[in-house]
Amino acid sequence: MPTPSRYWREIPQRYRLEANACKSCGIKFFPPRQICPECGNKELEPDKLAEKGKILTYTVIRVPPHQFVDQAPFAVGIVELEDGVKLTGQIVDCDFEDLKIGKEVKIEFRKISQEGESGILCYGYKFVPV
Amino acid sequence: MRDVAIIGIGMTKWGELWEKSLRDVFVESALLAVEESGVDKIDSMYIGSMSSGIFVGQEHIASLLADYMGVNPIPATRVESACASGGIALRQAFIEVASGMSDVVLAGGVEKMTDVDGYQATYALGTASDQEYEGYHGITFPGLYALIARAHMEKYGTTREQLAMVAVKNHHNGSLNPLAQFPFEVTVEAVLNSVMVADPLRILDCSPITDGAAAVVVCPAEMARTLGKPVIKITGSGHATDAIALSSRKDITWLEAVYQSGKKAFDMAGKSPKDIDIIEVHDCFTIAEICVLEALGFFEKGKGGQAVERGQTSMDGDIPVNPSGGLKSKGHPVGATGIAQIVEAVKQLRGEAEKRQVKDARIAMTQNMGGSGGSSVVHILERE
Ligand SMILES: [Zn+2]
Repeated sequence: MPTPSRYWREIPQRYRLEANACKSCGIKFFPPRQICPECGNKELEPDKLAEKGKILTYTVIRVPPHQFVDQAPFAVGIVELEDGVKLTGQIVDCDFEDLKIGKEVKIEFRKISQEGESGILCYGYKFVPV
Repeated sequence: MRDVAIIGIGMTKWGELWEKSLRDVFVESALLAVEESGVDKIDSMYIGSMSSGIFVGQEHIASLLADYMGVNPIPATRVESACASGGIALRQAFIEVASGMSDVVLAGGVEKMTDVDGYQATYALGTASDQEYEGYHGITFPGLYALIARAHMEKYGTTREQLAMVAVKNHHNGSLNPLAQFPFEVTVEAVLNSVMVADPLRILDCSPITDGAAAVVVCPAEMARTLGKPVIKITGSGHATDAIALSSRKDITWLEAVYQSGKKAFDMAGKSPKDIDIIEVHDCFTIAEICVLEALGFFEKGKGGQAVERGQTSMDGDIPVNPSGGLKSKGHPVGATGIAQIVEAVKQLRGEAEKRQVKDARIAMTQNMGGSGGSSVVHILERE
């Protein structure tokens, strides 16, 4: 799906978990933003995501998008990290029966998907139970 | 601002319409609406369509459809806000007539979804989510609503059965709608035993892939009064946005854009939930209907599931919800859905809804939503 430039542009966020935070109210944003939606401040400073958090909600995708056919069924959840940032990603290395709201997870760097036989290998973050 | 009324409606049967193209489907409904309105010309038109580019490889459809309706050179504009495209097309027509810029404006919606395979359809619908931060990780649209459902069940004790009851109710209503794609009844057992799509949502919790269109004609209320038909006025219109990424919202179980758009429409019309006789809401998934009714203030936060279980949203309940069968049974050609809701509301207010007529319906509401709640548009219609 992504072209090389589109993929490359997201690397700081996906590989290095780069976020930013509002200098005025301290709220952290992922992906980074140009203006704070809470207070309107445009001064934001680089920051990095916390790497641990808790599952806020989850599901198991059984009818997947085309690029994820080989992986289905797989779990996806929204996790709230220790710094208050919420993000969506796959939850792996875990039996579906053991998934629970409130379960503690950490971020790991993994392969997300693959674009056909000779396309881009797409990497990024996934959640793994601690 | 001038008062605005709806004077014509047009909609033909929805389904998998292999023999018809996008332009066929749209023109059929649009011509019906113009004919029914009795006007001899329209001044402009707005067309809601989410993704004609992916579904049939055709953009620039507003001009194309104006051509095939035989109304070039009038201005024609396509409106896109994912599944809320249709409702927003009506809002643009309303604003244009209310402002005095035009007198007779057509608002339509269309989606031709079955020219592509299931994967392409899933991809097209997925573009309504945040592609870099949701879609990238393999989540689908049923998946996003499953995340909402799981959180709602955990936080408020909403049950799996209550979700199923939304589908059962809407299929019952839809079984009385000859234009519905799936006009048959389903049982709670059938929903609970249907194929799992994204836990806890099963295939019978999901609205289908549909080909279809719908159209309405609006004009100043003053002009509508000269036509000798019931005058159905648009008295409230509200539109709001929210983060399209579910993870960017403060509360995953709360649809803030629905709340905001509802509040604007209620304020404009000077009405509150207790004044509404029937409502068409965006039940793209069973959980969506529950969350929407809570956000619009028909039920308290977390009580939507219980309300369905008690029958409060049934045809003979406190507030009949989705008398048309909703997206669930009637079908969900995404761009057309918001206009079809208006078509049903007008039928109910005119007393033309046949077997699904709600007695003495005088004030109707419609709520049309984009994506997982990143946009919402609400209208209030009243019979004069
Ligand atoms: Zn701030």
